[in-house]
Amino acid sequence: MRTFAKGLTGLLGFFLLWEITVQAGVLPDYWVPPASEVATTFVELLGDREFLLGVVATLLAWLIALGVAIGIGVPAGLLLGSVPALQSASRALIEFLRPIPAVALIPLVMVTIGSGPDAKITLAVYAAVWPILFNTIYAFGEIDPVLLDSARATGANRRQALTWVALPHAAPFIFTGVRVAASIALIAVISVEYIAASEVGLGRYILEGGMNNGHLDQVMAGTVLAGLAGWAINSALVGSGKRLFRWADTEERATR
Amino acid sequence: MSITTAAAKRGRILGSAAVTWLVFAAALLLWELIAIGADSVYFPRMTEIVATGADVLLSGPAWRLMLGDAVFDIVLPSLATALGAWALSALIGVALGTALGRSSWAMDYCGTLISFLRSVPPVTLMPAFMVMFGIGVQMEIAAIVFSTLWPIVLNTVDGVRSVDQVKTDTARSLGTPRRYWIGMIVLPAAMPKIFAGLRLSLSIAILLMVVAEIVGGSGIGLRLSTTQSTVQYPEMWFWVLLLGVLGYALNSALLAVERLVLGWQPTRGDDA
Amino acid sequence: MSTMLEVSGLTHQYGRGERAHVAVRDLTFTIEAGQLACIVGPSGCGKSTLLRCISGLIPATGGSVRLHGDEVSGVPDDLAVVFQDYSRSLFPWLTVAKNVEFPLRWQQVSKADRRRRAAEVLESVGLAGVGKKYPWQLSGGMQQRVSIARALVSRPALLLMDEPFASVDAQTRGELEDLTRRVQRDLGSTILLVTHDIDESVYLADRVLVLSKSPAAIVADLTIDLPAERDQITTRESEQFVSLRGEVARLLQSPQVQRTGETAPETPATAGSDAAHGAASADAADSATTDSAKAAAAEAVESPDETAASRS
Repeated sequence: MRTFAKGLTGLLGFFLLWEITVQAGVLPDYWVPPASEVATTFVELLGDREFLLGVVATLLAWLIALGVAIGIGVPAGLLLGSVPALQSASRALIEFLRPIPAVALIPLVMVTIGSGPDAKITLAVYAAVWPILFNTIYAFGEIDPVLLDSARATGANRRQALTWVALPHAAPFIFTGVRVAASIALIAVISVEYIAASEVGLGRYILEGGMNNGHLDQVMAGTVLAGLAGWAINSALVGSGKRLFRWADTEERATR
Repeated sequence: MSITTAAAKRGRILGSAAVTWLVFAAALLLWELIAIGADSVYFPRMTEIVATGADVLLSGPAWRLMLGDAVFDIVLPSLATALGAWALSALIGVALGTALGRSSWAMDYCGTLISFLRSVPPVTLMPAFMVMFGIGVQMEIAAIVFSTLWPIVLNTVDGVRSVDQVKTDTARSLGTPRRYWIGMIVLPAAMPKIFAGLRLSLSIAILLMVVAEIVGGSGIGLRLSTTQSTVQYPEMWFWVLLLGVLGYALNSALLAVERLVLGWQPTRGDDA
Repeated sequence: MSTMLEVSGLTHQYGRGERAHVAVRDLTFTIEAGQLACIVGPSGCGKSTLLRCISGLIPATGGSVRLHGDEVSGVPDDLAVVFQDYSRSLFPWLTVAKNVEFPLRWQQVSKADRRRRAAEVLESVGLAGVGKKYPWQLSGGMQQRVSIARALVSRPALLLMDEPFASVDAQTRGELEDLTRRVQRDLGSTILLVTHDIDESVYLADRVLVLSKSPAAIVADLTIDLPAERDQITTRESEQFVSLRGEVARLLQSPQVQRTGETAPETPATAGSDAAHGAASADAADSATTDSAKAAAAEAVESPDETAASRS
C-alpha cells in the first residue's frame, strides 16, 4: 500500500506541476488548459449521460475486438508454434503484414466497411492480434525439451504431455500477450473513432473537442480518461496474471 | 562446428527462405485471382496495384535512377521525420531510463505516472500538439516522440536494473572508476532490453507518422487520405502495402544493427 | 615473512535492533605474505560476508581490516576477487581477452602492454589462443580460468577466492586446484580462499582456518605441512592428508562449530548482500515498478520470436 501511495504521489505531482506551469504562464494557457479546468470538465463529463454512453460504446467495441483477437491469435499461434514448417512458410507474409499500421488501413476499411462499429472492431482486431500470436508461438517454441521429456518419462503420451505440460507452460506467455493486446486494442478503438469520425465513442468526443477550437479541456479530459482506462485495465491484468501464474517467472525467460 | 554441418545448415536456411518467399509469392497470386473473381473497385488486382506503384515511384528521369518526385517529396520526407523523431526519442529515453533505473526511489514515484502516460492514446493528443506546434513537421515530431518515448524508458529502466550483484561486485573489485560505470557496465548489460524497446518504438514511430500525416496533411498519410477521397483505390492500396515494405525493411535493418551490437549474446551467434 | 592481511575484531551485522542478524562476530587473524590460506566452514556461516568485508565491497560494522598495513576502506587497488559464479562474473559483452584486460584499463597501462599481459596471463592459466572468443563459448572450467586470469593480470598483492570451484565438475575442479597452487607458487602471490569443502581446503592450503556456524568465529587454525608438491592422487592417499582431513572434519562436527548463536536465517550472506545493494526487498516491491518491468518483458517477448524465426 505504501508503494501505491508513492505512485499516486507521483501522478498527483505531475498534475500539480501541470497546473502550476500553466498558471504561472510558463506554458501558455492556449496551449494546454490548466489541470484544474480539465479536472472540472472531467467531473462534469462523468455526469453526462450521452458521454457515458459513448464510453460504453468504446469499451464494448474494445471487449469484442479483444475477444476476436484472442479467438484468432491463440489457435493460430498454437498451430504455427507446434508446426515449425508452417511457421517458417508463413514468416515472410506475417513479417510483411505486421508492420502495416492499423491506422494506415483506416481509409481502406472506411471504403469497404464504413465507419460504424464494425470498422473500429476490425482495425482493433488487426492491431491486437500480433502480440497474442507472437507470444503464443514463442511460448511453444521455447519450451524446454527436458520438461517434455520428463513428462514422457512419467508415462504421459504426446497428447497428454501437450495438455499437461506444454499448455500450462505457455499460459503465462499467452496471458502476457493478451495483456499487451488489451492496451493496444483500446488505443486502436479510440484512435479509429477519432480519425474515422465514428458516430459515437470516446474518440469521437475528443475529435469534437478538437474541432471546436478552444475546447482543449474537452480533448484533455477525454484523453486523461482514456489513459486512466488503459492504465486500469493493464494494472488489473497484471494483478490477475500474478495471481493466476504464481509459479511462472515469465519475465526471466521472456527477456532472454 | 565442422564445415559439412555448417554448409548443411546454410543450405537448410536458404531452403526455408526459399519456401518462405514462395509462400509469399503464392499469396500475391491468390490475391490476383480473388481480385479478378471479385471484380470490385475496392479490391484491385495485385498487378494493377504494383503497376500504379511503379508509376508513382519510378516516373523520374534517368539521372535520378528513374526515381519519381513522389520518392523525394513524399516517401523520403516522411521517413526522415519518423526516423529523426525516433532517434531523438531514443536519446532522451535511454538517458531518462538510465537515470530512473539507477535511482533507488525514482521509479517508486514515476513508475505509475509513466504507465499512465503510456496508456494515453497519442492520437487523441493530436489537437493539443497542433495547437502547441502548429500544423507541420514540429507537430509530427512531437507526437512521435511522445508516443515512442515510454517503451524506451521502461525497457531501459528494466535493463539497467538487470545488472546483477555479482557483476557489480566484480566491477568494483576490479577497480572500475565511477565515471566509467555507466558506459562500461550498466549500458552494455542493459543493451538487449534497450534494443527490444527500440524495436517496439520503431513500429510505433511509423504508426504515429501516418497518423500525424493524416491529421496534419502531409507525406504518405496525406496520400492515403487523398487517394481514398478521390477514389484512386489502386494507389491507396499501394501506399498501404508500401508501409508494410518500409516497416519490414526498417525492422530488418534495426535487427541487423542489433546482431552487430549484441554479437556477444549466446542466442544470437550462428553456432549457438 | 611479512604480514599481508590483518583482520582484527571484525564484526558484521545486517539490520539493526530486533531484526539484526550478526553474520560475523569478532574475528581476528592474520595472513602472511606468500601464504595460501583456506577458510572452511559450514554453508551459510558468513564466509561470503567475511570475504566481502575483507575485499572492501561492504564496510564492516565493527573491527578493522588491514592490507599490508593500510586500513581497508573501499576496494583496494592491489586486491582481486574470484567469485564462485563465473557465468555472472565475466562480462558477457566482452571477449575473453577484453575481460582479462579490464582491470588494466584503469591503470596507466598502454594498449599494447594490456594486450601482451592479457595474452601472457591467459597462457599461464592454460588458455592460450581463446582471447577472441566470448565467455559463453567456453566450458565452465575454462570460464573460471578466465576469471582467475583476470584476477591475476593486475598482479594483486592479495587474491581472494570465494568458493571458486564449487560450480565445476570434479575433474575440472582438480585441475583448477592444481592450477591455483602452481600460479600461486610461480607468482608468489598471497591467496585467501573460502570453501565449504574439507578435502579441497586441506589439499590446497598451507593453512586452514575453521569457522563456526553463524555468527562466524574461528575455532581452529591448522598448519598444513603437506609437501609443497602435491598430486591429486598420491597426496590425497597419503596418511598425513587423511589425518588432517579427519581433523578438520571432526572440528566441523564439534559442538563448538555446530552451536548456533542465534536464530539465523538459512542464507545470511545472500539476504545481506541484497540489503546492502539496496535492491527492492519483498515488502517494497512496488506494483508500478514490477508492472513496468513486466510490461517491458512483454515487449521483449517480441524480440525472441524474430530471432527464433530467423534462426529456424
